Amino acid sequence: MQATLAATAYTSNEMMIVAAARALRNEDVCFVGIGAPSAACNLARLTHAPGITLIYESGTIATRPNVLPLSIGDGELCETALTTVPVPEMFRYWLQGGRITVGFLGGAQIDRFANLNTTVVGDYAKPKVRLPGGGGAPEIATNCGEIFIIMAQSQRAFMKDLRFVTSMGHGRTGRERRDLGVKTKGPTRLITDLCVFEPDPDTAEMTVTSIHPGVTRERIQENTGWPVRYGAAVGETPEPTADELAVLREIQERTRRAHGG
Amino acid sequence: MARFVSLAAAVEECIRDGDTVSFEGFTHLIPFAAGHETIRQGRKRLTLVRMTPDLIYDQMIGMGCAEKLVFSWGGNPGVGSLHRLRDAVENGWPGPLALEEHSHAAMANAYEAGAANLPFAILRGYLGVDLPKVNPNIRSVTCPFTGEVLAAVPALRPDVGVIHAQRADREGNVLLEGITGVQKEAVLASKRSIVTVEEVVDDLGVASPNAVVLPGWTITCIAAVPGGAHPSYAHGHYPRDNAAYIAWDKIARERDTFLAWMKEHVLERGPDAFAVHARRAA
Repeated sequence: MQATLAATAYTSNEMMIVAAARALRNEDVCFVGIGAPSAACNLARLTHAPGITLIYESGTIATRPNVLPLSIGDGELCETALTTVPVPEMFRYWLQGGRITVGFLGGAQIDRFANLNTTVVGDYAKPKVRLPGGGGAPEIATNCGEIFIIMAQSQRAFMKDLRFVTSMGHGRTGRERRDLGVKTKGPTRLITDLCVFEPDPDTAEMTVTSIHPGVTRERIQENTGWPVRYGAAVGETPEPTADELAVLREIQERTRRAHGG
Repeated sequence: MARFVSLAAAVEECIRDGDTVSFEGFTHLIPFAAGHETIRQGRKRLTLVRMTPDLIYDQMIGMGCAEKLVFSWGGNPGVGSLHRLRDAVENGWPGPLALEEHSHAAMANAYEAGAANLPFAILRGYLGVDLPKVNPNIRSVTCPFTGEVLAAVPALRPDVGVIHAQRADREGNVLLEGITGVQKEAVLASKRSIVTVEEVVDDLGVASPNAVVLPGWTITCIAAVPGGAHPSYAHGHYPRDNAAYIAWDKIARERDTFLAWMKEHVLERGPDAFAVHARRAA
């Protein structure tokens, strides 16, 4: 029944998670952030990428949760993992050791070079809003082979100028990764509820390369704080398939029941 | 050698006003009962150290126990903000709170350095980010072999390390299972330590020679507090009470509802209140 429903209607949030899941490959070793990244990574595992290795920073390696974790260290992650390592080992041997192909992050604010802020809104010493902080993100951003970011678009989140950089995308000018000698690629995809951005090969500015069905360029601009640029070829994101939607809705429903919130 | 005492006696002996205290547990095995006892005993001016200050530090900060927080991620996992932490940082209530903010990788390395009796930790980190501009304890060191510039942070050496574990044997040896986070490092890096446990047993029942076991002579005090990690969880005993974490958002949002909740559930209760959450998974 869900599959029938799925074929006819989906939300922009579902489109975002499905598009994000499709970016992952079966052979990836993925460091998973909590929330939307976790939904996308597990959708990939349950559809086209059954062999993907999912790693959460609590130390769980090759975990296969049946429900999406609320926290980064729910028991479900440990019980379904191949192995669970101590947290210092996770950050030293596995992340810093260069064994992760993709880091999957979300954030509160982002700029056109895909730098992220999850620390403060306003002045650091006297913040308007104190956000949770960086957690693992500063080192995930530079130690993983590449970074995928998933974030819903709005003027408040897609900022012309980021006052505080919690984790580096391509830097404030687009050249910082090279200047600092960082060998990894940084953000190669930014998947939103409206479209997909990829870095311009020359400037590293995030440019739109695929627009979700029914979304206009005007709507993308209205929800972005900088003048949006488009790639040389802009495609239309394929709609979610009935199977993708059914699997996503099933795991989200199992999660709702399990968390009892 | 670890001594078995009541939780009240352990906190009384080990934690003093003005101490640097680390209550650790990475989502799992968070020592909530020990935090509540610290609040009941009215400890003040603590420097609280923890990678992920979740509800336990929200409660201790809101009750005025802390003057400084050393941390790397301060939120209610999967739910949102810690409202008491935010109120302290944004509005200075119930008092000002100094922050020393790091990344997870730096904190984990700093605990390891503390356990290893080193003065500082090195990592390939903090590249292209703004935290070093607001935290003077994030510095750099040049590798004497390759010339690579690496980030350096001071080792963490708390006065007291506080953790919760599944069980202790009667000699005071402690077993941790599941997600073990930085608890072993926190205990070994600290001058004194308190371990609360689900149960005290004749035989730890270690399933593998590589299990995480802290020998009794590395621990100061052990207190049996069944259910003492609730609303976090104890692998093999009880699951994470995710509904309680979700409910905390509303409780902690306003000062009045927070204080009323703390009075009813912490100030007017004791460690025995945790026992209703204790059980052994089949």
